[in-house]
Amino acid sequence: MNSSVITFPGSNCDRDMDVALKKFGFKNKMVWHNDIVLPKSDLVVLPGGFSYGDYLRCGSMASKSKIMQSVINFAKSGGKVMGICNGFQILVEAGLLPGVLLRNKYLEFICKNVFVKINNKDNSYFKNIDKETLELHIAHNEGNYFCSKDQIKKIDDNNQIALHYSDKDGKINENNNPNGSLKNIAGIFNKEKNVLGMMPHPERMIDSSLSGEDGSIFFKNLINNLK
Amino acid sequence: MIVNENVALDHGLKKDEYKKICNLLKRVPNITELGIFSAMWNEHCSYKSSRLHLKNLPTKGTRVIQGPGENAGVVDIGDDDAIVFKIESHNHPSFIEPYQGAATGVGGIMRDVFTMGARPIANLNSIHFGSPQHKKTKNLLRGVVNGIGGYGNCMGVPTIAGQTSFDESYNGNILVNAMTLGLVKKNKIFYSKAAGLEKPVIYVGSKTGRDGIHGASMASAVFDEKIEEKKPTVQVGDPFTEKLLLEACLELMSGDSIIAIQDMGAAGLTSSSIEMASKGNLGIEINLNKVPCRETKMTPYEIMLSESQERMLIVLENGKEDLAKKIFDKWNLDFAVIGKTTKSKKIELYFDKKKIADIPVNILVENSPMYDRKWKKNKLPKKIKISKKQFKNLKIINVLDKILSNPNICSKEWIWQQYDQTVMGDTIQKPGGDAGVVRVHGTNKAVAASVDSSAIYCWAHPLSGGKQIVCESWRNLVCVGAKPIAITNCLNFGNPENRENMGEFVECVQGLGEASKYLDFPVVSGNVSFYNQTKEVGIKPTPTIGGIGLIKNYENMITMNFKKVNNKILVIGKTEGRLDQSLFAREILNEKNGPPPEINLFNEKNNGETVLKLIENNFIKAAHDVSLGGIITSIAKMCINGKKGASLKKPKQLIDPFEYFFSEDQGRYIIEIEENNFKNVTEILEKNSVHYDDLGTVNENELIIDEKSKLTIDELMKSHTSWLTNYMGK
Repeated sequence: MNSSVITFPGSNCDRDMDVALKKFGFKNKMVWHNDIVLPKSDLVVLPGGFSYGDYLRCGSMASKSKIMQSVINFAKSGGKVMGICNGFQILVEAGLLPGVLLRNKYLEFICKNVFVKINNKDNSYFKNIDKETLELHIAHNEGNYFCSKDQIKKIDDNNQIALHYSDKDGKINENNNPNGSLKNIAGIFNKEKNVLGMMPHPERMIDSSLSGEDGSIFFKNLINNLK
Repeated sequence: MIVNENVALDHGLKKDEYKKICNLLKRVPNITELGIFSAMWNEHCSYKSSRLHLKNLPTKGTRVIQGPGENAGVVDIGDDDAIVFKIESHNHPSFIEPYQGAATGVGGIMRDVFTMGARPIANLNSIHFGSPQHKKTKNLLRGVVNGIGGYGNCMGVPTIAGQTSFDESYNGNILVNAMTLGLVKKNKIFYSKAAGLEKPVIYVGSKTGRDGIHGASMASAVFDEKIEEKKPTVQVGDPFTEKLLLEACLELMSGDSIIAIQDMGAAGLTSSSIEMASKGNLGIEINLNKVPCRETKMTPYEIMLSESQERMLIVLENGKEDLAKKIFDKWNLDFAVIGKTTKSKKIELYFDKKKIADIPVNILVENSPMYDRKWKKNKLPKKIKISKKQFKNLKIINVLDKILSNPNICSKEWIWQQYDQTVMGDTIQKPGGDAGVVRVHGTNKAVAASVDSSAIYCWAHPLSGGKQIVCESWRNLVCVGAKPIAITNCLNFGNPENRENMGEFVECVQGLGEASKYLDFPVVSGNVSFYNQTKEVGIKPTPTIGGIGLIKNYENMITMNFKKVNNKILVIGKTEGRLDQSLFAREILNEKNGPPPEINLFNEKNNGETVLKLIENNFIKAAHDVSLGGIITSIAKMCINGKKGASLKKPKQLIDPFEYFFSEDQGRYIIEIEENNFKNVTEILEKNSVHYDDLGTVNENELIIDEKSKLTIDELMKSHTSWLTNYMGK
C-alpha cells in the first residue's frame, strides 16, 4: 500500500504520521506542498500542525497550495484522503468536507486523551473495527465543529458523521464534548466516504508506552481495508 | 546626537563605566557605538555581578561535551547521541506583556538549542506568580500560559514538565523560565566560534523591526511606576517563522557549509556578531544597508539594538552562498550576505557608505566590567519551638485536604492541558509526574527532565536552599528511573547592588555548587536574571534548576501512580519530623520562621543510588519523592494518579503523626513494591545502610491513615484538582 503525507510550511505532525504509516506497513512518501504531481497513492494524508502559522484562518492558506489541486482531483476521483487536526481544517477550507472548525468553546488549546464513538463503519476507515469507542488524543485550539442547519441535515441524511466525542461507554453528551463541537462531532466524511477529516490524532497512540494503543487498531484496520 | 555622560546614564551605563569606554576608545563614542556598549555591558549580557561567583560552579564531568559559554550545554548520552539543553529567563518582558514575553522566552530558548544543530525534542517551564489574591495574578497567569502554549505548540515541540508557584514576593515581578532539550549527533554539533578570514557573514530569518530595542537593558533594571512605558521593549514572537527557520537551519546543517552560527537573542545583531568575532579572535565587518528591515528609515542604532525574533547570523564557507540561499528561499526566509570576517579584530559597521562604528572587539568583551559586589552573609535561623498543643484541634484529614488544595501543591492540569505534550510521538511521561520523559527517537533510550525551585527554603537560608534544589532535581530524575546526568540553572534574584540580595545570590550559588559537585551533577549551561525588583521590593531568591537524566531502556521507566492492590509501601530515608519552613508550619500553623530542612549530601546520594539499584533489579512498581507537604501529600498524589487507595500503619517511631506526615525532611522517597519482594528489597536497603519505614499497603480506593481518618480517592482528587480551575473561573 502506498501512502503520501503532504508537508506544508508549519506542518508539525508530518513526521509522526510517516512513522505511524510505516509502522503498520504503508510505503510512505513525503510530498512537498509546492509540488504539482502527487505520487501514486492508495492514501493521501494531510497531517496536523500549524500550516502557515494558522495566521489567517486555520487551513485556509494551505488549502490554496500547489499540491492541493492534485489532492482535490485525487479525492474527486474516489481516492482516499484523510486529514488529521490541521489536515481536517485544510480539507474543510478546500471544500472537500462541509462545515468549519471554530475556536474551542473555552478559547483554550486542549491537549488530552478523549473517547470517540464510531458512528459509521460502512467505509474503508472504520469497517471491521470491533470496538464501538476508541481512546484517542486531541491537541488543538480550533476543533469546534460547526455548520449550517441545512448542512447538518445533509450530513445526517448521508450518514457522514464519522466520530462523536463520547465517554468510555459511547455515551454522547455535553460533559464529554471537549471543544463545543456541534453534535459532539470529532470527525466527518464527505458524501462518498472516501474523504475523512478528524481532530483526534491516531498517530500519537501507536504503542503501549505512549498515551494509548487505539491508534494501532485504527491503522492496522485501515491498511487491511485498503488492500 | 551628541554623546555625553548624561546620554550614557540614560542608556543604563554608570558614570565610571562611561569613563572607562572613553579611555579604552581614546575618544568619545558616537551614539551607535554607545548603544553597542550599553547592550554588551548591561547585566543581562555581561554577567558583571555574577561572573566572579559562577566561576566556582562545577562544570565538568565524564558526559559533558560542552559546558557554559556556548548557546547551550551539551552532554553525551551514548551511541553518538548528545543532548543540548539550557534554561533561560524571560521575566521582565513577561510582566510587561505576558503573552509575547512568555512566547518569545520559549522561542529564544529553542533557538539557542537548534543553533547548535540539535532538533528540539522537549520543552519545560518554571513560572512564578504573585499572590492569587493580587489583582494582576490571574491575567498574568492566563497570558503566560497562552504565550508558552502559543509558541511551543506551533513549533511542534512537546511541553513535558513544569512548575508553577504563587508567592506575594512575585506580585511586582513574575518569573518565566523556559527550558529546551534538543537531540543531536555528536559529530554534528555547531558552535559560535568564527574562523577564517574574508568568510561571508550571512543574515537569515525574519526581517529586523523596531521591536525589542533595549530589551536586554530593560531586563537589567529595577521596575518603577513607569513600567507601562517599557512595552515597546518587549519583542513580538512569530513561531511560524521560527518553525521554518528551524527546518531551514537543520537542512543547511546537514551539509558542511557552516563555520559558525549564532542566534540573535538579547542585544540582537550586536551581541551575535561580537560574540562570533570574539570567540574566533577575529574582526567582523557589516554593511547595515544589507540587513533586511521590516520598517523604513531604520537607523544603524535601531538595526544594531533591535531584538526582533527568529533571526540567525551565520559565517559560511566561501562559495556556499548559493546553496545556502536556495535552502532559505525554499522555506521563504530572508537571506542576505551582510558582511565578512576580517583580521582587524574590530567590529566595523558601514551605513550609507560611511563607517559608523569602529570598536576593537576585546574592549567590548574582555574589558567589560566585572564587579565584586558587597554581600551580606546569611545566618542559619534558629529552630522554632512548635508546641504540640497546637495539634490538638487539628484533624489530619482536614489538614491534608487544605494542603492538597493549596495553590502551590494542587494539580496544574488547567495549565498543562493547554500545552501540546505529545507531538513528536515520543512522550512517555507527561506533566504531573516527577519528571517528564521523552524517548530518543528510534532507540530504546529515553531522556528525563525536571525543573525545580524552592524559593521559601532559599529565602530562609540561601546556602541550604541552593543545595536543596539540586537534590530535589536529582531525586525527581531518580524517581522515574533515570540516572541523573547534568543540570542547567536559571538564577532569578533581586537587585545585586543591594548587599542582602547579593548575599542571597552568592550563598545560593555556593550551595548549588556544593551539591552538584557532590552528586556529580555538573552545571553545563544557565542564565542569571537580576533586578527582579520593583522599587525596594525584590523577589524571594529563586534559583531554578533544570536537570536531565538518562534511562537506558525506556521500558524500565517508573511512574508515581500506585499500581496494584496489596503491594507494599515503603518510605526510603529517615524522617526526623522537623516542621520548620514546611508547608504545614507556614500554612496551617502560620509559622513563617525557622531554618529550611537540613541537607545531608551523603544520605541524599546513597538513598538515590540505592533506589536506582532497586529499579534496575525491577523491584520498584511506583516511586515518588517526598517534598512539599511531606509524606502524606506524596502518598495522596500516588493514590490520585493511580486511582488506588492506601492503608497506612501507625509509624513505629515515637514522633507525633503530624510531625511524621508533614515534615519535609530531605532525601526521602515513597516506593511501591510487591509483597513477595519485601525481603529482597529490605536486604538491599539494609546492606546499603538506607533507613526505611514499612508504611502499609495499596488498597482499592481509600486512603486510610487510621480508623478515624479516611478519605476516598474521589475526595482526594476533588481537593487536588479543583482549586486552579475554580480560580481561573471555568
